[in-house]
Amino acid sequence: MGDLARRYGPGLTTIILLLVAFWLIMLVIVPNLTLLEQSFRPYLPVVDVGGPKDTYSFSNYLKVFNGEIETSVLGITFHIPVHVKTFLLTIWYSMVVTVACFLLAYPLAYFMAKVVNPKTLPTLLLLLFVPLWVSEVLRAFAWWIILALKGPLNWILLGIGVIDKPVRWIVGYDGVVVGLVYTYVLFMLFPLYNAVSSLDTNQIEAAEDLGAPWWKIHWRIVMPHAKPGIASGSVMVFMLSAGSLLVPSILGSTTSQWFTQTIDQWFKDALDWNTASAYAFLLLVLCTVFVTVAMKLFKVRLSDIAK
Amino acid sequence: MSAGIDLQDVVCDFGSFRAVDHANVSIRPGEFFSFLGPSGCGKTTILRMISGFIDPTAGTIRIGGTDVKGKRPNQRPTALIFQNLALFPLMPIWENIAFGLEMRGVDKATRRAKAEELLKLVDLPGAADKMVSQLSGGQKQRVAIARALAVEPKVMLLDEPLSALDLKLRQHMRAELRTIQKRTGVTFIYITHDQGEALAMSDRVGVMSQGRIQQIADPRDIYNNPANGFVASFVGENNIFEGTAGAASGGHAAFDTPEGRLRARQVAGTEGKPVRLYVRPEHTILSATPAAENSVPVTVEEVAFEGAFISVHGRTATGKPITAELRNDGSATVPEKGAALHASFDPARAALLPDVDVRH
Repeated sequence: MGDLARRYGPGLTTIILLLVAFWLIMLVIVPNLTLLEQSFRPYLPVVDVGGPKDTYSFSNYLKVFNGEIETSVLGITFHIPVHVKTFLLTIWYSMVVTVACFLLAYPLAYFMAKVVNPKTLPTLLLLLFVPLWVSEVLRAFAWWIILALKGPLNWILLGIGVIDKPVRWIVGYDGVVVGLVYTYVLFMLFPLYNAVSSLDTNQIEAAEDLGAPWWKIHWRIVMPHAKPGIASGSVMVFMLSAGSLLVPSILGSTTSQWFTQTIDQWFKDALDWNTASAYAFLLLVLCTVFVTVAMKLFKVRLSDIAK
Repeated sequence: MSAGIDLQDVVCDFGSFRAVDHANVSIRPGEFFSFLGPSGCGKTTILRMISGFIDPTAGTIRIGGTDVKGKRPNQRPTALIFQNLALFPLMPIWENIAFGLEMRGVDKATRRAKAEELLKLVDLPGAADKMVSQLSGGQKQRVAIARALAVEPKVMLLDEPLSALDLKLRQHMRAELRTIQKRTGVTFIYITHDQGEALAMSDRVGVMSQGRIQQIADPRDIYNNPANGFVASFVGENNIFEGTAGAASGGHAAFDTPEGRLRARQVAGTEGKPVRLYVRPEHTILSATPAAENSVPVTVEEVAFEGAFISVHGRTATGKPITAELRNDGSATVPEKGAALHASFDPARAALLPDVDVRH
């Protein structure tokens, strides 16, 4: 902070610090604390707010266990609260998105870091960034059009004879997964690219010289080295996917429901901000727990990711 | 087990740049062969072509008599030791050493035993479970050698592996490498820009410049009978005289210089070509009176004490610098600065050499 004052003078330093403080306190901490506080209070008519019925409890949180439905997974049929089911499916498909992003991004990251001529790299990066110039809403709608029953994908596949009747692509969570992968794949690509490009190429050559086939070079040398990058990319893609509202709303089908959509319905349809807040915190806390456990399982430390 | 290597008219181009120009060399099984040359002379390219990381533009490489064209590095009986060693920092030492065996599907117990055995060979017992970062430069060096030896290569390729070490350790590792080579009998191909290293360790040395092999000979011949001016200057110091070669007789030729007529050995095949006269400082004798032949008057400008020897830097009347080396054993009187002396040399110790390779 003394360094900042020396460099920019006391006036500018005060302005910078005030702006940062405003951003942190007014735009991050206060709204979250407000939501947290109201998540413990019941949803009451205005006249009762602050009255004897307005007491703190966990009842908003416990609402996720209401309303059981029959579900069957792998032939086993059981009853599960509908919101718990939504939550588990959100986690599951966020994992699917994360894995799909990794499978797409890893070869590309390796190609960019170790194979491609450094002169053509800027062009490649530009091509990757161009889609980001278009708003996320438009990109989601673009995929909705591409995947539509009478959309260009079916038209092309019919045209070249791969399929003989149009395929309904936006079924279940398929559209959501496609949209999320497309939206967040770059968040996997760049940490991976950074990690792989910091690997000494001699290590790859040494492994090959010692007789390693290409896949073992990746498994034993490149991937262990890139582990922090894989971890930070995965955490980002997973958290962003689980917290995405736009893509599941646009590319969702009649049978897909994302947990954020449930929160959104509590906010906008039920106008019950208290329960909505409770659900939002549930999502935040449980995703954080999930990520922490996953990091423990893969033996990744938070400090590795920060690198 | 070791194998010989034959390079036949090997050419390597990078775009319009010719990195290696018609290299021909036959390295014998079990030989310690060094490629010596300044950076950018193509020696590393030769090594990478032998190990399979670069394909030659033209020519044939044979390892143990078999043409290795199109074979990947993991299919060749060679093991490369990288300049920066390229040890795997995320694996313990023993896994580093056993990596090649792991790739060949050897079971874990055998791998571990083999790693321990190799650690003994390179004088590092007990380091098996350490990590690479815990070792010193010299120890890492040994691990790299053990890792390469583990796959029982027929040929070891070493790309300036000692360049990162300090002087004392480097001298120690030279002897160590030589011992390991003798003990294992594997063919060693060693790349270096350090002439001392090449001369001290090798059975034969190939001196390279600008993509061409200038001379292949044993270390003594490289030093005593350099094939051309490049080899003479790159390996050791010289006093060089410019002039024109005259009539030759009995292997010697007259050489007319601004300093007078000198006589030196004529190297076969250089007749009628532009040559210069090269004589080593340790073969240059300083005396108070002119010698019978090859005598040039010099004025002493500087006397530098180097420990084992004393360098006397002088200048001829035409301004040409001349250096003479005196052994620091009390046998020679050390001249004073400014003394007027005569520098002379035995014609058999001086050679008339063309600048570079004249084969083409």
